[in-house]
Amino acid sequence: MMVLIKKTNIDFIAKRHIFFAISALLIGAGIISMAVKGLNLGLDFTGGTLLQLRFEKPVSTADVRAALSKGGLETTIQSFSDRNAYQIKVKGAQDKVNEISDQIMAAFTANLPGNTFTEERRDYVGPVVGRDLAKKALFAMVLSLFGIIVYVAFRFSNPVWGAAGVLAIFHDVAVTAGALSITNREIDLVIVAALLTIAGYSINDTIVIFDRMRDNIRMFPKMSLGKLVNTSVNETLSRTLITNLTVLAVVAILFVFGGEVINNFAFAMLVGSICGTYSTIAIATPLVYQWENKGK
Amino acid sequence: MNKLHWKIGTVLGLLILSFWLLYPSVEWYTKTADERSKTEAMRMRPKRILNLGLDLRGGTHLLLELDVEKLEKKEKLNDAMTRAIEIIRNRVDQYGVGETPISRQGERWISVDLPGISNTAEAENLIGKTALLEFRLVDTSNEAQAVLSKVDAMSEPPFDKKGVLLPEVAKLMPKNTILRKAAPGPEGERARYYVLFGDVPVTGAYLESARVETDQQFGTPSIGFTFNKEGGKLFENFTGANVNKFLAIVLDDVVHSAPVIKSRIGGGSGVIEGSFTMEEARNLAIILRAGALPAPVNIIEKRVVGPGLGEDSIKKGLSAAGIGFILVVAFMLVYYRAGGFVSDIALALNFVFLIAAMSYFGATLTLPGIAGMILSLAMAIDANVLILERMREELVLGKPVAMVIPVSFDKAWSAILDSNVTTWIAAIFLFQFGSGPVKGFAVTLTIGLLVGMFTSVFVTRVIYEFWLTSNPKELSI
Repeated sequence: MMVLIKKTNIDFIAKRHIFFAISALLIGAGIISMAVKGLNLGLDFTGGTLLQLRFEKPVSTADVRAALSKGGLETTIQSFSDRNAYQIKVKGAQDKVNEISDQIMAAFTANLPGNTFTEERRDYVGPVVGRDLAKKALFAMVLSLFGIIVYVAFRFSNPVWGAAGVLAIFHDVAVTAGALSITNREIDLVIVAALLTIAGYSINDTIVIFDRMRDNIRMFPKMSLGKLVNTSVNETLSRTLITNLTVLAVVAILFVFGGEVINNFAFAMLVGSICGTYSTIAIATPLVYQWENKGK
Repeated sequence: MNKLHWKIGTVLGLLILSFWLLYPSVEWYTKTADERSKTEAMRMRPKRILNLGLDLRGGTHLLLELDVEKLEKKEKLNDAMTRAIEIIRNRVDQYGVGETPISRQGERWISVDLPGISNTAEAENLIGKTALLEFRLVDTSNEAQAVLSKVDAMSEPPFDKKGVLLPEVAKLMPKNTILRKAAPGPEGERARYYVLFGDVPVTGAYLESARVETDQQFGTPSIGFTFNKEGGKLFENFTGANVNKFLAIVLDDVVHSAPVIKSRIGGGSGVIEGSFTMEEARNLAIILRAGALPAPVNIIEKRVVGPGLGEDSIKKGLSAAGIGFILVVAFMLVYYRAGGFVSDIALALNFVFLIAAMSYFGATLTLPGIAGMILSLAMAIDANVLILERMREELVLGKPVAMVIPVSFDKAWSAILDSNVTTWIAAIFLFQFGSGPVKGFAVTLTIGLLVGMFTSVFVTRVIYEFWLTSNPKELSI
């Protein structure tokens, strides 16, 4: 039998304050970054225009920027230099669908003469749509988290467990959002999907440990909660790490080889899955302990 | 036949069914792009295949908003929306693009997907035009002339940004008349205007057909139209009563021509002349045939993905996912040996079943959808790991193999069930309230979870039970 993780006997509960401190630090850093720099919300939520053009002849980012500012446009530019393509974004409420794209293309035609370009991608999100998308995404997330609390409370006959599981989800999503803010990566609908994946995976992981706790309560009804939590986490540690390492490997490969379109997505997943593993062991179950033992 | 045979039969039956369901998709995607677009143009596209979303295959997504304020009072919103969708579908169909999903979103939004089309100016025109055709008499009175000379003397257009007539012009307008712009003439020419009477005796609603006609002499295109019986009669009476007056042909509030009515026009047909290009004339004929939208629509969202970009992201994404998959499969094999082999079989089946189910539902695969698949596959792997780890625990306790297997499955079941159901609850809410990408994520996740539970619990157990019939003494995991 090949064994990666030998039978462990780590006292996770005793270390819970360290875990809480680490998490507070991570979330705190994220919150500070979000407060100072904010979240780089994508067009999906702010509304605006995105135009990605691929130029015939090589141009530098500086050329592109100069051409656009001559055209009187305030834009963010992202270059995909391996393909000689540039992504130009103008965020904000825009009422007319093709107005800004036409202006951008006119600026290039006028200021980069002789260099033709092809359109690779164009997004226009009207102001109403942006608000609607943000509202719907948020609504769906809040409702599903609530659904999770109710189900977990019902299955484990204890609302505290459900709440702890959801707090662990919040923890993972918050750390990931913080990481996105620190690295200045953009939050669009695909990132929302990534955050949802993280939430789903985090709760899946947590529930496996809860399940073991439920088993152990039945088998050893006299065991103290601290011991119960520790035993359960240790017993499932091998499974937790193996599952998560496989997922991590897949996500890491997506991050490195997946290409530019899913790079932000893969980054969020990478941070989220590391975080999810950690929060399962270090946040969700110790929280249950902390909560149940409060006042004692 | 015992119980085990039935179980094996079920799995094999499902596998055969899956291959049968997958066949159309495989056949479709092994064709060349040319063959595919030909088949699509003939509307022979198979229904039950896995579709690629616009983010993967390239194309245009438009979200339109019906301008409800301009809706006629008596028209109900729901009816107007249904009619608008019907008309847009007609136009797009006649234009000859392949499969175009058109659906209502929320209260007054219409989503139109145009796969494979990334040059959208024409399509936008086709979809966005209200195509309200009206016939009105031109007011040639002195007051009307006064309005026109006032407008001519102004340096700006007589309408403000919202399209409302400027007050200084409005006060000059004769009773029951409106001011309308003429279709642009040759370049450089000043915009011309007409003063028209408010009554609309005949509209495009009475049209039976419209087609492109070319002038014999100059070859310039125009649009010939035919009224239905009722419209023909109305038109005949109307022209008969107004001989020698000017009849303006107004399309979407623009006067295309205003010929003199020389005599009563019977037979119920006529011609719209104007300086159209061939392309414009063709599109106009299409939208006139399809009918007028109940109110104007505005494009409030537009997403265009060029074909190259989509292919690129598929290729890179797929190869990365492939490497990941192989890595996981190899790891399971090395770490859990025979147990890992069983899990790998289950994973492969999982993949086949999942794609087959998605093909059957004609689901659309998008990037977020792939994320949903990855999550569901990860959870299937997790279920396998849970069972295998339980087996190890039970083996360490020294239990016989024949007991280890059922006990491990029973003990792992509650964790697998609960984790899947929790995620499934989330997926349902996301499906119900999410939009676009979030919805795509929820769909693949939901199907993936169901398939994953089946393969990782039922299928693997069947394999183990089959293996147990040979009375093994050792379990190599």
